[in-house]
This record gives sequence, structure tokens and C-alpha cells, in this order.
Amino acid sequence: MPPLNRVLRQLGRYRRIALGAIASLLLLTAANAITPQLFRWGIDQGIAQNDLRVVLISGAWMVAAAIARGLFNFGQTFWAETASQGVAYDLRNQIFSKIENLSFSYHDRSQTSQLLTRVTSDIEQVRSFIGTSLIQVIGAVVTLVSIAIILLLMNWQLALITLAIVPLAAWVLIRFLQRNGDLFRLVQEQLGDLNAVLQENLIGIRVVKAFVREETERSRYTTLNEELISTNMKTIRAIRGTFPIIFLLSNLITVVVVGFGGLQVIDGSFSIGELVAFNSYLLFILQPILLIGFAAPAIAQAAASAERVYEVVDAEVEIRDRLGAVNFDHCGGRMTFENVRFRYPGSTTEALKGVSFETQPKELIAILGMTGSGKSTIINLIPRFYDVSSGAVRIDGRDVREFSLASLRSRIGIVFQDTTLFSGTIRDNIAYAKQNAALQDIIAAAKTAHIHDFVETLPDGYDTLIGERGVGLSGGQKQRIAIARTLLTDYRILILDDSTSAVDAQTAAQIQASLDDLMQRKTCTSFVIAQRISTVKNADRILLMDQGHLVAQGSHEQLLATSPLYGAILESQVKQTHPAGERR
Amino acid sequence: MRTAGFVAPEAKARRQGSTVWRFFKYLRPYRKDLPIALGLVALGAATQALGPFLIGWSIDNLIVPGNVRGLLFILTVLVVNYVFGVQAIRGQILRVGWIVQRVLAQLRQDIFLKVQSLPLSFFDRSEAGDLMSRLLNDVNTVNQAFGQTIAQMLGNLFSLLGIIIAMLAINLQLGLLSNLVVPLMIITTSLFSRWARERFRVTRRTIGDLSTKLEEDIGSVKEAQAFNRVHLNIAEFQQLNAANRDANIQAVAITAAFLPSIDVLNTLATAGVLAYGGYLAVTGQATLGVVTAFLLYVQQFFRPIQILSQFYTQAQSAIAGLERIFALLDEPAQLKDAPNAYVMSPIRGDVTFENVEFGYTPTQRVLKGVSFQATSGQTIALVGPTGAGKTTIINLILRFYDVTGGTVRIDDTDIRCVTQASLRRQIGIVLQDTVLFRGTVAENIAFGHPQATQAEIEAAAQVANVHDFITSLPQGYATELGERGAMLSQGQRQLLSIARAVLVDPRILILDEATSSIDTRTEALVQSAIARLLQGRTSFVIAHRLSTVSQADQVLVIQQGKIAEHGTHAELMAQQGVYANLYALQLGSAASTEPIP
Repeated sequence: MPPLNRVLRQLGRYRRIALGAIASLLLLTAANAITPQLFRWGIDQGIAQNDLRVVLISGAWMVAAAIARGLFNFGQTFWAETASQGVAYDLRNQIFSKIENLSFSYHDRSQTSQLLTRVTSDIEQVRSFIGTSLIQVIGAVVTLVSIAIILLLMNWQLALITLAIVPLAAWVLIRFLQRNGDLFRLVQEQLGDLNAVLQENLIGIRVVKAFVREETERSRYTTLNEELISTNMKTIRAIRGTFPIIFLLSNLITVVVVGFGGLQVIDGSFSIGELVAFNSYLLFILQPILLIGFAAPAIAQAAASAERVYEVVDAEVEIRDRLGAVNFDHCGGRMTFENVRFRYPGSTTEALKGVSFETQPKELIAILGMTGSGKSTIINLIPRFYDVSSGAVRIDGRDVREFSLASLRSRIGIVFQDTTLFSGTIRDNIAYAKQNAALQDIIAAAKTAHIHDFVETLPDGYDTLIGERGVGLSGGQKQRIAIARTLLTDYRILILDDSTSAVDAQTAAQIQASLDDLMQRKTCTSFVIAQRISTVKNADRILLMDQGHLVAQGSHEQLLATSPLYGAILESQVKQTHPAGERR
Repeated sequence: MRTAGFVAPEAKARRQGSTVWRFFKYLRPYRKDLPIALGLVALGAATQALGPFLIGWSIDNLIVPGNVRGLLFILTVLVVNYVFGVQAIRGQILRVGWIVQRVLAQLRQDIFLKVQSLPLSFFDRSEAGDLMSRLLNDVNTVNQAFGQTIAQMLGNLFSLLGIIIAMLAINLQLGLLSNLVVPLMIITTSLFSRWARERFRVTRRTIGDLSTKLEEDIGSVKEAQAFNRVHLNIAEFQQLNAANRDANIQAVAITAAFLPSIDVLNTLATAGVLAYGGYLAVTGQATLGVVTAFLLYVQQFFRPIQILSQFYTQAQSAIAGLERIFALLDEPAQLKDAPNAYVMSPIRGDVTFENVEFGYTPTQRVLKGVSFQATSGQTIALVGPTGAGKTTIINLILRFYDVTGGTVRIDDTDIRCVTQASLRRQIGIVLQDTVLFRGTVAENIAFGHPQATQAEIEAAAQVANVHDFITSLPQGYATELGERGAMLSQGQRQLLSIARAVLVDPRILILDEATSSIDTRTEALVQSAIARLLQGRTSFVIAHRLSTVSQADQVLVIQQGKIAEHGTHAELMAQQGVYANLYALQLGSAASTEPIP
């Protein structure tokens, strides 16, 4: 299994710890094997010979063996677990830094919950393979082989009879696992279904009650619950059909040993001490089979998990620095889109179908268009969240792909359409991109974003916790914090993607006014995607997008006069909030 | 568990005791099956305990004297004993398994019924998601602890008892000596589990920190890249990751030492048996067979104790889970129908609030005397700031709660006089956030009317402007919706929930308009679907859109639990009061600052 081989190679970093675990395992097996020999010696040379000294010495040796066994057992478990924790730590770091670096296109196609599963439960599966299954299987094989050899040396006839049970038990167990793997999966699935119904009824309780669905839901749940019982009973029957048989086999082999060995004792060819010792080894003989049997499905699962983990670790980072990338440290403000075409991965149609325009220094550009017209795509190409499929995006004549990503993005301040804040204080959130920003800078940014006054009303001010365990914020408040967060960065290009949609109109206008001032002073070019006419009207130039084409550009007045689409879009937006014939 | 730190140990033990006792009550329906199951468990253990005894006896009385026939006879007895024992074990697995499965299913059923019968205030109080994860987790722990291991645990308990009894019976002195180790093992086990608990508390915290960080960062990779936070995030993650690794290694140091310690104790017992037994044998006070039997018994100690101690930790968390489950089951249920409640006959749809007072808790008053009258077919828009009482009014119409003063009447009937089911069948709702259920699109539309025909479902979908979208799906109406309908957009989900209400064809409709913006085209579809839905029904709308408000027959402006203003949009605008203000701030949006071009 190649993915597991790779896991084993990663274990190489913890070679010494792993070798310690293996050495402990071997010594443990030896200590285990010695104990029955001490029985034999104590019984045959001590009790049978009436030699109390031998009895006591063998007792003392047994204590010594026990302590050694305890130490080696501890060493084996502890070192195996330690090594496994190390590998899990490395894997988690690898996968996390890969996830952080993977391009937007990758994240568009993957679900957060799935990535999360890989970092958590998949890696845990791999870890328990190293920490438990691997050492168990090695231990089982070593034990089985060494005990078999000892038994053969002690009494080969009896040993052959005894060892015949091993393949028999293995066969019973393999048959069980093969036949019932699906059954155990089915139990998990049905349990999942059952929980899903419970979950829906918790989340949708109002709907369930309002539509008087209680009884239907109840019977849905009861049916699934009954199905689960019957599947569970099937697994119980399967268990009943297998494990008692293995149990019986191990008991019968004891009887055979006592019988056959007893006859040999009567013959005089075998001693009582040997019989007792031989019998004691029997305890070690079936355990390895059971261990391997149960480790097998876990190992298969671990292999599948490892594959999923490496899938992410090996994923290609599409967007990265070119060789010899230069730093983006000066912005003149001339941004050029040169016949830009772009298709989102997995999509059949192009989001941009040959877009060309050029901005002048200090210009404020508004981008307008219906949903899906390509507005957001344009601004996604500037910080290289995606690279163009063909054509080029240039800043001051230089292709953005020639800049180093870090320098380019640190100079572009962007406010996303969907606001994501983090659990932590408001201060932490505003200082997201600039950890050690001074409080006065944070306050200044907050004032520009018109959130300062609100923050002041909170009990802990800027130290107020927000997020899951903190204060709940309205959509508009979140957007304003997000704006402050961006304003705190060292941007030279500012991009606002519909970022005041949830802020009330008056505040939005105020924010816009203070931004206008900032844009004049601090930026070389700014882009705004906005629905509000006020924002659009203020822009130096409006780019009108329709189905991936730049269909018109110009000032508000120009477009009103020339573009029917522009009029239509404005009208549709006004209609939503302002029915005809109202408020003159 | 969360408050366990503040509870005295005795009180905690008592509470655990009562939790376990209450769980045992679930066994009552199986009074007749239980003795048989336990009897089989005991029988299985006894046959196991008999083995070493017979082997020891035959060494003394058959092998040493050389009695071949006697030995063969005893061996036959042993075989019969084991075969018999295995039958008992087979029976035990089936019977104990059956009882346990039934009990767990009953527990799950009780939880579900409770969730359905809880008053809505319970869900307002405790975050449903949080409750959910705890509940599922608890049910799973209980399932695991009692479902899979209880039979094994019982078997081991009995075999431990069987071994102890057999040893004491064979030779009292030697028996007492070797049993000395049992209390030592128990003390060791409880010591270790205390240490382990402390260490695992740390690991749980570090895992929690790590997964919080993961969830947040994986969900916000775009922000991290846009704001150049990637390196910092990775450094922070590595720190938490290392802390978690170290905490785990520290915890494993305890768990890895546990079994070896038990093993050492066990071998001490074995050595003690060999030494003292040897002394007894040498001095003629015991036979070789007795010593052998003891050696075999003592070696069988180890596994049951190991398994029981593992079960002990599992049982601890299962009991904690049960405690929370029982706490949920003890929550008071919602209001019930009045004993003489009758089934409401089809209504016209007049709704009257007469001086209605209401509070979710006795001290708080959310509605302070609200009166209004809606005539059949009217659209009533409810506007006002968050928390003013709009949702409460709707909750009272649906009788999710009972008024604390005044009355709510529909067609002159106090709604407390009729059954809740018959009342709600006449009311349809469309909520802001659409909850979709697992199942097909058709099943989701037919949510309130499961017997609807395909034709009826499609007709409703057409009214709701969603038919075309549905037919464009690969499986059409038979398309399965994922968990919480994740694959649909917000707007499409709204359309589905409108179709759901259309199909019920209620006389009274409740609509909580969505605030979140959806794309223009879908928005238009939603608007026209809503307009059709409102047609001819008494409708209560928590309005966020001006178009809805301005077309309403009555606008109720709710402020601080009272009706501040009441009238049509035009009348209220003319008043230049609260509504006009609100309009300028909230509803006017772009239009209020910009004249139409």
C-alpha cells in the first residue's frame, strides 16, 4: 500500500524512538516467553523435588521477569505513541501549510468540512496506525513465531497438534470480517441517518410545528430506529456465530494438551512442570490472531486516510511566485487589462470574454453589472487570486505575474463581499493584517469606517470579544469592521467589493465620503463594486459588465445617455426598495 | 460535568448513582428476560472457572497416580463442560445484546419525543447547534459504552467472581493470598484513572484550541492570502499543534504505564502463589494439582481486570452523557391542548388580538397590551426594530406560546379552545431561513401535506416560480437534497419554502421576509411568487421591503411591545411619526438619499 509506505518513510524522522519501541517489543516478547519456563523449573525442580530453595528462587525470578515485562511493555507503548504523535504533528503541519497556500481555485472546489476531516480524523487514523496497529501486528507476528518455536522445541508432537488451531481460528476470523464488513458500515450509516433526522428536527422545530409534521417526523424516526435495531441484531448474531467458536477452540486445545500431555506424563516422557508451562503458552497463541484480525480493517482504513491526506499535501499550488519575481513597491496607477479572458476551473463558460481597459492614476473605477456578469472576477485578477487564462493584467506596464505575491497583495487592500470575522477582540480583528498596529492607528481606521462610535458604546470597547463566544454583530457592523481592517493595511490600490451592502444608506454615504478623501491621498487607483447609485455616481469612470463582456464605460451621465442596459440596471435596483409613485 | 469541579465528591457520587439507577429503570420491560440473560452469563463464567479446577484435580488424582482411563473420562467431562459453556455464551450474547439494543432504542426514542415536545422557548434559550452536538455526542458515548461492551463487561465480572470463588473453595489460605492482589489492582486502577483524567483534561483543551483554529483558518484561507497572514497562521498553528502533541505524549505516559502496572501486580500474585504454594506443597499441606490450578487461575485474572478498568473510564463518560440526557428529558414539556379542546373547523381567517400581554419569563413583558383586528384576506405588515415583539406576535398566532393576558381569536374563537394541530393546519409559514429536510425536492414541497399527488406538488411549484428550476435539475422532483439542502442557493431555498406553503393552501399566512440580498433575477421570482401567495389569504408579514409594506392593507408599527402606529403606508407617512422616521433609516435605503433619475 503506497500511501502507508510513505507514512513509514515519514516515521524515519523518529527513527530512534521507533527503534526503541521495536527493541522494547522484542524484549517484552522474550520476557513473556521466559515466565512459563520458570513455572516448569519451580514445579519440576522445586515442588516435585521438595526443594523449597528452588521454589523461592523461581518465584523471585518471576518477579524480576514481571518487572522487566512491565518496563518493556511501557517502553513499547510509550515510544510507539510518541513516534505516532510526532508523525501526526508533521502531517498536520504539512497539510495545514498546504491548505493555507493553495490557490482560490482549489478552495472554490473544496468544502471546508472535507478539508477539516482530513486534518483531523484522517490524520488521527494514520496516527493510530503507527501508534497501535503497526506495533500490534509486529508484536503479534513476533509472538506467534517465537511461541511456536518454543512449543516445538519443548514437545514437537504436542506442538503440532496445538498449532493446528491457529489456521483454523484465523479462517473463522477472516470469514467473519469478510462477511460482516458491510454490516458494520451499514450500522454506522444508519446511525448517521437517524442522527440526521434528530438534527433536522432540532434545527427546523418551528417549521415542523407550524406544518403539523410532528407525527410524520416521529414515524420517520421510529422507522429508522427500528431498522437500526435490526441491523444491530444482525451484527450481534454474526458475533455470536464467530467468537464463541474461537473461544471453544482455545478451550478444546487446552483439553487436548492436558490429555495428550497427561498421557505423556504417565509415560514418563513429559514432566508435570512442562505440562503446566506448555499450557501457559496457550494463552499467547490465539491472541495474535485476534489482534491481526482486528488490526487489518484499521490498517485498510488508515491507508485510505493517508491517501486522502497526501492528496491535499501533493496538490499543486497554481499561483505562486515566478522565478526572479520582483517586489511591487511603487504604484503609478496605470492598470491595464489586455484582452483578458478567464474561465473558472470546472466551469464550462468563460467568466471574462476578452476584457480590455486602462485606468489613469488616482482614478476611482466603479464596476457595475448583474450577478454573474464578471464584476468580482475582474477584481480577483488584480491581486492574483486567480491568473488570467489568456491576455494580461498589468500595473504600470508590468504583468502582475512578475511581482512577488506577498509584495503585490500587501499593497492591495481588498474588502470582500462576504465578511469573515474571527473570534477574538474587535482590536484583533481590525489588526488582522497588522498584528502590532498601535491603538491610535486602529482607532483612526475605525473612525474612517464609521464603526468607532459603536465600538465605544461596548462595555470593553476595542477589547470586546466577538464571534461565537462574544458579542453578536449586525451585518452592517461586521462590514464596517472589515473595512477598518483593510484600511489599516499598507494598501496603495483599494478594492471594495459591494462592501457596504448591509450598512444603512446614510452611514454608507458617510463612509464613502471619508473614503473618497483617503483614496485621493493614499491610493494610486481604486475599484468599487457597488449597487448604490450614489457610489456609482461619484466614480470617475464606470465599467459596465454584461455576461463577461465590458459593454460600456464612461461617467454616470455618459452612460445614462448612451447605455440602455445601464438605465435598466439602475431601475431594477431602485425598484427593489422604492416602488413607483412613492415619496416625492 | 461542567460544574463537576464545584460539587463535593459524595454529592457527585450520589448523583451518578441516581443516574445509573434511572438508566436501570429502562430495563423494567425486560424483567422476565433479564434473569435468563444473567443466568446464562453466570453459567458461561462458571464453565470457564471449572476448567482449571478439573485440570488440577486430575493432575493429583489421575496423572500422578497414572490413571489413564480416569484421565480420559475427566477430559470428556471437560469437553462437555466447554461445549455446554459455549452454548451459554452464545445465548448470552444474543439475549443481552437484544435487551441492550432495545433499551438504547427506547432512550433515543425518548430523546426524540422530548425534542418534539419541548416548548420553543427552550430552543430560544439554548443554541440549537450547541445542544445538538452535545446530544449526539452523548447518545454516541452511551451507545458505545453500553451497546458494545456491556455484555463483555458482565461476562468478565462474572468470570472474575467465579475465579475468586473457585480459588477460595480449593484452598482457603492460598486463595486469600492470591486475592490480596485484587484490591491492589482496584486501587491502582482508580489512581491511574484519576491521573489520566487530569492529563486528558489538558489534551481535550489543546485539541479544542487546535480545532477552533483549524475551523476558522480553513474557512478563511482567502482572507489569509489577501491579507498576507499565511505565514503567521502557519506559525500559530504549529504552536498549537506542538502543544497538542506534547499534551498527548504526557497523557500517553500515564495510559502506557497502566497496563504494565496491572501486569506486574498480577505476576506478583503468580509468584506469590508459586512460592507459598510451593512451600505448602513441599511441606505436604497442598498438592501439586492445587498449585497448578492456582497458577492457571491467577493467569486468568489479568484480562477481566484489564477489560473492567477500560470499561470503567468509558462508563464514567457515558454516565456524564446520561446525566445530560436525563436533564433534557426532565425539561418541562410545552403547553398541551385543553382537555375539552375541539378540532377547529375551516376558518374564514379573521384574526383578532385583544389587549394581548406576553412575556417569555414571568418577569419580562414582551407584549404590553396589543390589540388589532385583521379581516379575512388582508395583508398586515409588521414593522419595527429588532426585539420589538414582531416575532412574538407571530408565535402567538401559531400558539407556540400562550398569552399571559388578553386573548387571540380567529373567527371569534379563542385559539386556546381548539387543538394545536387543527389550528396550525390552517396556517402556513415562510421563514427567513429556509430549513430543508433530507429527502427529495418533491418531499420537501409536500412537507406539510405528505399525501399530496405529484400533480399537486408541481402545481404548487409553478405558483412559487420554482418549477422551471426543479425540472432543470438532473433528477427533477426526485433530486435528493443534501444535508440542510446545502446545494441550493438562498433564493432557490426561499422559492421551495414558498411552494411548501402554497401546497398547504392555508387561510392564514405568516411570512418572515428574508433580509439577505439575493441576486436580482431570483429576487424578482421571489417577489412575484410572494405576491401570488398572499393573494386572498390573511397574511402577516414581518416586512423588510418597502414594496411589501406599501401594498399592505394595514401596517402595524411595533415598538417596545406596543403598537406605536397603525394605518396604511400613506397614512403613516403623512403622520410624520415613528414610521416615517423608520422608513427614512431602514426601508428607504438608496431611494431615501437619491431621487429617482
